Amino acid sequence: MTVTITVNGADHALDVDPATPLLYVLRDDLELNGAKYGCGLGQCGACTVHIDGKPAFSCLTPVGAVAGRRIRTVEGLGSTQAPGLLQQAFETEQAAQCGYCIAGMLMRAQALLDRNPDPDEAQIRAHMQTNLCRCGTHMRILRAIRRAVAMHKGIQAAQEVRP
Amino acid sequence: MTPAMSPLSRRGFLTGGALVVSFALAPRAFAQLAGGGEGGAGPAVVAPDLKGSLKSSPWLDAWIRIDADGRATVFTGKVELGQGIRTALLQVAAEELDIPSAAVTLVTADTERTPDEGLTAGSHSMQDSGTAIQNAAANVRMLLAADAARSWGIPAEQVTTGGDGRLRAPDGRTLSYGEVAERLSLHVQAVPDAPLRRPADYRTLGRALPRVDIPAKLTGGAAYLHDMRLPGMLHARVVRGPSAGTGLQSPDLDTVARMPGVVKIVRQGGFLAVVAERQWTAIQVLRHLQRASYARTTLPPLPADGSGDAVAATLKALPTRDIPIMDTSDPAGPAVHSVKARYTRPWISHGSIGPSCAIAQYVDGTMTVWTHSQGTFDVRRVVAELVGLPPEKVHAIHAEGAGCYGQNGADDVAADAAVIARALPGRPIRLQWMREQEFGWEPLGPGMMTELEAELGADNRIVSWRHAVWSNPHNNRPVGAGGVLAGNEADPPFPAPEGKPIPMPEGDGSRNSNPLYSFANTHVVYHFLKDMPARVSALRSLGAHLNVFSIESMLDELAAAAGIDPLAIRLDHMRDERARDVMQAAADRFGWSKRPKGDGRRGCGMAFARYKNLGAYCAVAMEVEIDRETGRTMVRRAVAAVDCGQPANPDGVRNQIEGALVQSLSWTGHEAVRFAADRRASFDWSSYPILRFDDVPGSVEVVVMDRPGAPFLGTAEAAQGPSAAALANAIADATGVRLRDMPLSPDRLKAALGPV
Repeated sequence: MTVTITVNGADHALDVDPATPLLYVLRDDLELNGAKYGCGLGQCGACTVHIDGKPAFSCLTPVGAVAGRRIRTVEGLGSTQAPGLLQQAFETEQAAQCGYCIAGMLMRAQALLDRNPDPDEAQIRAHMQTNLCRCGTHMRILRAIRRAVAMHKGIQAAQEVRP
Repeated sequence: MTPAMSPLSRRGFLTGGALVVSFALAPRAFAQLAGGGEGGAGPAVVAPDLKGSLKSSPWLDAWIRIDADGRATVFTGKVELGQGIRTALLQVAAEELDIPSAAVTLVTADTERTPDEGLTAGSHSMQDSGTAIQNAAANVRMLLAADAARSWGIPAEQVTTGGDGRLRAPDGRTLSYGEVAERLSLHVQAVPDAPLRRPADYRTLGRALPRVDIPAKLTGGAAYLHDMRLPGMLHARVVRGPSAGTGLQSPDLDTVARMPGVVKIVRQGGFLAVVAERQWTAIQVLRHLQRASYARTTLPPLPADGSGDAVAATLKALPTRDIPIMDTSDPAGPAVHSVKARYTRPWISHGSIGPSCAIAQYVDGTMTVWTHSQGTFDVRRVVAELVGLPPEKVHAIHAEGAGCYGQNGADDVAADAAVIARALPGRPIRLQWMREQEFGWEPLGPGMMTELEAELGADNRIVSWRHAVWSNPHNNRPVGAGGVLAGNEADPPFPAPEGKPIPMPEGDGSRNSNPLYSFANTHVVYHFLKDMPARVSALRSLGAHLNVFSIESMLDELAAAAGIDPLAIRLDHMRDERARDVMQAAADRFGWSKRPKGDGRRGCGMAFARYKNLGAYCAVAMEVEIDRETGRTMVRRAVAAVDCGQPANPDGVRNQIEGALVQSLSWTGHEAVRFAADRRASFDWSSYPILRFDDVPGSVEVVVMDRPGAPFLGTAEAAQGPSAAALANAIADATGVRLRDMPLSPDRLKAALGPV
């Protein structure tokens, strides 16, 4: 059957079993690399995307359940040519080792910043608790999120002083 | 020349067009030799006077090609495993060629393009490949300068370079590298003494160049093997019992063969896989077939429970081969303090975040396999034997996977995919293991135990030191079909080869059991256990994790018994100046002399090791805070100091040491594979919990020692052992309780602390 989903602002009509997890539709049908298969159980966060602005495990979400809802993947945050603010912060902090978890980390963190642009350290750590990293890049991921907060404030301050 | 030499090496002298030369593969032997320090079938040494992997691949054009536009293509047999080696090697090449790093393209392990450098493992990449590329590039720059000098009629030593890819004469004449390279053959063997650039002149090496692989990883670029999509690609899943050593009985093939979207069921002997047009179809078929019952083959008993006693009982029940590691006798005074202790480590999972994946395609008698194995050339050997092709008909290409930290499922899944591709010629087959398969079938890091007994004299000097270690082999890396699951399942099966120890100085279970300290009367023995209750192989740092944990815990136990400072007892027994320097650097940055004293809740610990006594020096100090009600340990702050020789990329070194420290805290504080009587019982992240953000340190600081021009020393694994011991020592300092059985979990600490 045909399911229509909206990903990063574009509509896609797909002939797919509606029980298929969104993850496989994103990866195999839409050829988006960002969301990763990690566990298929909602335990690691490598597959994290936004559904209507909230972080969600795409490995557990049947595509039939997200018809007509706004899906955002890491590709929607920016590109190598025009990276988003959070992506810039991760780049500056070199916050990746193998990087397999990083797209999920970015989407998880972005969801926090969208809701609360000025989280404190405890809020950041608590929010990121759902996502696993095996390489031990946690310290840099935390630094990158704090850097993004500071960059956001800097941009806001710059905008406020403009006439 | 060896009989097994590839005909490809004849392609080495390609000329014409813009290319000066292509590349040359050195003669290779398919014998079993140490490759990359952790076993594997490495290449034979043909030029012992040269440095790094030039010893086995001495031809310059095997490493470096200069195009007419002056760009360099550099070939390495090592691969990017997430440690930033691609960027570090680029920096080495750019520095010694003296061109911008953006003018260098790096090609990583590919059996038809690059030298065979054995495994990418054991923190060897900078020592092997970095050193080879450095010296090859210095040779190339020397040849370019000599050729330019000839054309200008001046002495070669008057030719200089300026970092822009041009050769300069004193009178201002210049020539581009590309112009000179066009008339120059690089199909010559390296010489051992090509002058290296002076550290004071470095433009690229030693700088924090941003990693070249990170932008794609942040934006959903095609960064991994998992992201490859080939035309006509099919999706496969392999079907197995719950864990290594089990087999499914009578899976229901009739039902699944009729399911829509199923392309083929591949069944050969005990090997079973499903191929489908869509990934989700293959997964559903797998789930149906997994409902079958299973049986465990005859293997030694698994541990009865998760306790240190159970680890010890399981290992001590196995027959041992005793390998002496160290035996010294010295005159020494009588003992005043004596401590005897047993330390254990459970089986640990590599726990890669991305389950292993491979793509294989069999076309016109040639098998191409894309793999994230640490041994690309081993994958070729394994697949060739497994599917019955000559090695030159198997083309193995590395593509990045999730961090593996040793032998995870990468080699097995590559072999699985090749078996399936052989049964379905033409179509590319993408096979990814499921989460429970990675946990259930990957070779685990071996469970281990040590028994130490040490004595301290009246002058606070150690008068005797005994260290015994029990371990399965950590070196079961496949070099033939018998080393992978699909080989064991074939009909007739390729039997798994008997595990062998890695000899010292690298060692496996014995790694770092030989203390770098100067102790009197040191006796170290490795009780090698070839029979494996659980499938095991290399996990980052091998036996160094438990051996360093044991040595460095024992030093603190002695220091506590005698009332001496943990830093002092270490410095008093260390003659190696670089070792003393990293300990002092970590202590200074940490503020060791002004540290808060253990007060029942807070405490500090430190530890040191030189990885393998050959690699990087690393000292770690940390401060912990204990919640006595829950037994939870919070690392407030950690400081590491590392001496890895000339750091190619200091930020890369910091990233590696930070990561290794945090990963070691996870292993040491949280991790243990669970077992039922007949199978593994850790299948997901709830039955195998690892460190999450709540439990990572408040801060981690890394001091990178400045050693301009010093030889590269492998870095990535150096912090595993010291971090583990520093944690145990800090907990002991805080609480007075010495935990000797990993994991140093909240439950264990709470039980040891007793009622609040």
